[in-house]
Amino acid sequence: MGGLQKKKFERGSATNYITRNRARKKLQLSLPDFRRLCILKGIYPHEPKHKKKVNKGSTAPRTFYLLKDIRFLLHEPIVGKFREYKIFVRKLKKAYGKTEWSAVERVRENKPTYKLDHIIKERYPTFIDALRDIDDALCMCFLFSTFARTGKCHVQTIQLCRRLTVEWMNYVIASRSLRKVFLSIKGIYYQAEVMGQLITWVVPYQFSHDHPVDVDYRVMATFTELYTTLLGFVSFRLYSSLNLVYPPKLDSNGESEPKEESEDDYAMNSESYLEKLSALSASLARVVSSADEEEAQLDQFPSEGEDMEKMEAREKELKQQEAQKKLFEGLKFYLNREVPRESLAFVIRCFGGQVSWDKSVCIGSTYDVTDETITHQIIDRPSVGKQYINRYYIQPQWLYDCVNAKILLPVEDYFLGVTLPPHLSPFVEEKEGDYVPPEKLKMMALQRGEKPGNEQEEDEEEEEEEGEQEEEEEQEEDDNGDEEDDEEEVAEEKNLKKMEEQRSQGKSLHVKVTPGKLKVENKARLEQEEKAEEKRLAIMMMKKKEKYLYDKIMFGKKRKVREANKLAAKRKTHDDAEKAKKKKARK
Amino acid sequence: MRGETSSSNLKKSRRFSLQAPLTTITWMTENLHRHTVTERALQQIFNFNRKPADEDKDDDLSDSEDSVYSGLEDSGSDSEEEEGSDEEEGSDDDDDKMKEKKEGEVSEEKKKDEYEHDSSDEEDIRNTVGNIPMEWYKDFPHIGYNLDGKKIYKPIRNKDELDDFLDKMENPEYWRTVHDKQTGSDIVLSDDQVELVNRLQRGQFGDVNFNEYEPMVEFFSSDVMIHPVTNRPADKRSFIPSLTEKEKVSKLVHAIKMGWIKPRRVEDDGRGRYYNLWASEDSSILARHKMHLPAPKIPLPGHHESYNPPPEYLFTDEERALWEQQDPADRKLPFVPRKYSSLRQVPAFSQFIHERFERCLDLYLCPRQRKMRVNVNPEDLIPQLPKPKDLQPFPTTRSLVYRGHSGLVRSISVSPSGQWLASGSDDGSVRFWEVCSSRCMKTVQVGGAVKSVAWNPNPSVCLLAVALDSVVLILSPSLADKQVILSSERLLSAQQEGEEPAEGNGSVVWSEAEGEELNQGLRLKIQHPKAVHQVVWHAKGDYLASVMPDNTSHLQVYIHQLSRRRSQNPFSRNKGLVQCVSFHPIRPYFFVATQRSIRIYNLVKQEMTKKLQTNSKWISSMAVHPGGDHVICGSYDCKLSWFDLDLSTKPYKMLRHHKKAVRGVAYHRLYPLFASASDDGSVIVCHGTVYNDLLQNPLIVPVKVLRGHVMTHDLGVLDVTFHPTQPWVFSSGADATICLFT
Repeated sequence: MGGLQKKKFERGSATNYITRNRARKKLQLSLPDFRRLCILKGIYPHEPKHKKKVNKGSTAPRTFYLLKDIRFLLHEPIVGKFREYKIFVRKLKKAYGKTEWSAVERVRENKPTYKLDHIIKERYPTFIDALRDIDDALCMCFLFSTFARTGKCHVQTIQLCRRLTVEWMNYVIASRSLRKVFLSIKGIYYQAEVMGQLITWVVPYQFSHDHPVDVDYRVMATFTELYTTLLGFVSFRLYSSLNLVYPPKLDSNGESEPKEESEDDYAMNSESYLEKLSALSASLARVVSSADEEEAQLDQFPSEGEDMEKMEAREKELKQQEAQKKLFEGLKFYLNREVPRESLAFVIRCFGGQVSWDKSVCIGSTYDVTDETITHQIIDRPSVGKQYINRYYIQPQWLYDCVNAKILLPVEDYFLGVTLPPHLSPFVEEKEGDYVPPEKLKMMALQRGEKPGNEQEEDEEEEEEEGEQEEEEEQEEDDNGDEEDDEEEVAEEKNLKKMEEQRSQGKSLHVKVTPGKLKVENKARLEQEEKAEEKRLAIMMMKKKEKYLYDKIMFGKKRKVREANKLAAKRKTHDDAEKAKKKKARK
Repeated sequence: MRGETSSSNLKKSRRFSLQAPLTTITWMTENLHRHTVTERALQQIFNFNRKPADEDKDDDLSDSEDSVYSGLEDSGSDSEEEEGSDEEEGSDDDDDKMKEKKEGEVSEEKKKDEYEHDSSDEEDIRNTVGNIPMEWYKDFPHIGYNLDGKKIYKPIRNKDELDDFLDKMENPEYWRTVHDKQTGSDIVLSDDQVELVNRLQRGQFGDVNFNEYEPMVEFFSSDVMIHPVTNRPADKRSFIPSLTEKEKVSKLVHAIKMGWIKPRRVEDDGRGRYYNLWASEDSSILARHKMHLPAPKIPLPGHHESYNPPPEYLFTDEERALWEQQDPADRKLPFVPRKYSSLRQVPAFSQFIHERFERCLDLYLCPRQRKMRVNVNPEDLIPQLPKPKDLQPFPTTRSLVYRGHSGLVRSISVSPSGQWLASGSDDGSVRFWEVCSSRCMKTVQVGGAVKSVAWNPNPSVCLLAVALDSVVLILSPSLADKQVILSSERLLSAQQEGEEPAEGNGSVVWSEAEGEELNQGLRLKIQHPKAVHQVVWHAKGDYLASVMPDNTSHLQVYIHQLSRRRSQNPFSRNKGLVQCVSFHPIRPYFFVATQRSIRIYNLVKQEMTKKLQTNSKWISSMAVHPGGDHVICGSYDCKLSWFDLDLSTKPYKMLRHHKKAVRGVAYHRLYPLFASASDDGSVIVCHGTVYNDLLQNPLIVPVKVLRGHVMTHDLGVLDVTFHPTQPWVFSSGADATICLFT
């Protein structure tokens, strides 16, 4: 006996969490400031495992932060800055109220500012950490850089975002690290592989934004503040890793001609420089003006067996990547004015192509439409007036599809005025049992080096596919239950049953002796059935918990199959309809 | 007069030299003051006119350019003086030198009367009353005093309104006549004076000869001149430090020291200046604690999101309608897939900012929790059981169907020899079948829905107990060799002699069957007070138990002894609704299954030995293993529980094989098999090996699911029983058939 009585909620998980309001009080911050701090420091609420325990017996919905996190915030120097800012606002208000303009000016001059460098360093102790988390930063900066320079946020922020995004794109071009592009209805998705990290970002289409009213731009601005800092440091590091000058400078010995031209058009030199950078047409200056980078050769390691295979696979992959990097090398593109210039120029330059556009579209065009060496002209209108004979007129989707397929696709499907083939997402990796659209199969065949056959073959292929699918379905049904037998058997069974019934009812049968058929017992099938039944019986013996889990997994699997089948069926009906239409048209 | 003029000139020039730096400023303010100037000028004019005697020469203003002006100038206040000097500037500067020359000549004169008229408040020297309202003198004959202290008398007032009017009409000078209140006299302005007034009214300079547009001489130009502009020696104060300044500076210094004044911040463009932040990467500051959960990345877009997706990804009309109906939170896709024939037709995505914002909110507001994702191969979850093939024999196929009943077959029972099968149905008949041929050998109409049939397990007698309504019938189907029939007859008749109608319990009545019934094989009738649901034989075949489920009384179970025709109610207390009962095959135990539990009574000691908790809602049936140590029990909530009596009073295993209520369970007498029949129309045969070794738990493996009955009225299989010697199982169903599975 003896000892102190244990009190509830004084140890364990209840002491590890703190509610938001209490955290706020502990930090002595207003809610907006607390929010900003959380955003900047990357503090987020945690969902405790036992909410009731943490909530001291109550089940009221509350957000909980880890007490450790909040303690960690206590020592943040930026909290002091927030307080300073509060004072600043108070002083300014006072001065305004008294209409002491000199005081206003003085107070304004002493507006407290803060830097986020230490926060970035703290949140991302290593560079790779920062790279891993840069997706959101890129998306946000690309969005902000498309905002109009009025209203929603500071012009400086927009300019900074624009600058950083341009720097990023230039880096991606210089390092040739773009891997995938996807034109979605939301915007254009890009995926680049930087230092082994896959980085995906989305750029909205170039339209003015319809600013929604239910969006808190202060939150977005705070995020952008953090993200611009992060992106800047990352860019610096990336540029220095490629021996490029930061902030980026255009390679001066390369093209001097367009520079002179532009100087008249742009009043502000700095602005024109950014424009020139964002034209993405010129290469960047390097710190060390080395000639070509040495290609990193994969060293040969003595290896055996599995390792060997792996190594080979890796080597192959590397080779493929190298090939992809030089996809558009030697090709000369010309962009018509109706295509999205920035995106296309970016993609083309990322894969080593040359690109130009009309002088009036943007600064930095390098050659004219009349250039005879142009191989492809990207065009997105139903017809064009004057056509040059020695170049392809293709729609922009060709470029994106080529990038995703990692080969130059045949241009026929993308000619002027032709109905485009579907644009597939390169991010989908079909696993076994998933639905694969036939276009993807075709593309994969092309990648393997098979020649695209004529249409008939295609049809056959499709049919085969369908057959496969049917088989799959069958298998699935087999899984479901063993009721399905051959039709014959069913019929025979029925007949027998009927006879039996008649006999049992005491009626005389009109019996006829027919020669029996030899029933070929399908051994494999029988075995399969047996196995299936065994499995079913074993499933019956599962424990409740495991059964639940198993059922859940199987349900998910079945749903997947169902969805795949649905898609396949939809496709089939569509294709049938198309065929019928074609036939009609032929007649 | 001349002297006066020159003196004023001198003054002006001196003033001018002193005030030279101010000129530019005062130039600007000149216009503002002009109207006051006019007023004063007028007063001045009157003054001149009032002393014509002294100032005769003054009348023609032409000879002295600033005569009028100087008077005006002198009478002005300080500001006006400056102004005046400004105005003079243009005209004066060329005359300056000449006037300097004059200065010397008239200096004596000048000194005499320099301050004669130079006071600002000395306006009218003839009347000394000062600047007071003249009404004060209206009752006096005089209007003031002159310099000598003599009264100045008012002029004789002889002008009335009429005179005034006449004067106005007749006097051509009237318009230029001004009444001077101070002296009370009328003054007629001269032409020059009128001209001056006009000029001032027009906003022009009073002096006719003044040239407003003289070229400006820049004294303070960038050119270095050989002479200083002013020859005045520098003041002392310009050589000694100012005390007030010192005070102010020291105050500021103090404030800076105290931190009250902050030095002006150097404008540094901190934003946008970047450096190598990760120059010294040390992994020691992996600051985040282990609870840190990095935010998941945004899922990558699928084919659905393409601007030109394959046709199967587009919504059909139904899908679209469904999408629109759904709550935004429930939708699988947050957008409708669209197809555009070319890139230029793709519009802006209206939800773009929204999505980014949502992501931001997720990042800082959404509570995170680590979810352990079960990455388990479903195949691994399936328990490894011995293969059913290795556990043969067990019934696998339906080989025979016994048809003949017209109602649902409630109960079946197999004779101990295994040759005969008895079945009781709701159509009021009991049928006897030959097992091998499925032939109905005999049909006994008992006149009521048969609830239960039970064949006497003693192979030396051939008797069948049938329960219907509130009667238990003992039938002798005479389906055996003669000896057996005889012995059973003997068993029934043996008691007739010894036992008189001396029933201990008055509620149960034993009676002999007679007449027609006797011919059908009916031998005994045991009349119960309530409806009987089940009859069970003891293994020896002499005792049988009947169940009358009734929640309200203790009269639920009777044990009858056939040889002595005695019945007794073993229980004196009601322990719940009895569902079924069973005898222990070897020992004198009695199993009673109530709604939720099974009680085991020792019949010898007359006490309860065990109470098994079934964990099910409602027990439907029960079977005891031929070894006697295991019990299975089926329940209406689809469960089958296996009890190991040596192990625990809790079920050793709960089997949830059936989808619907379990109606019947049975053990095989010889083989390690048990079966359960359910409303879902299936009979599941399981292998249940019981080991003699107490340490080893029984092995239960389902081996076969048998289907053969058709569901009728939501009822499937009602009873199940094993063949006594063969691994065969019989099942009776609601579709009025009985099946044999071999």
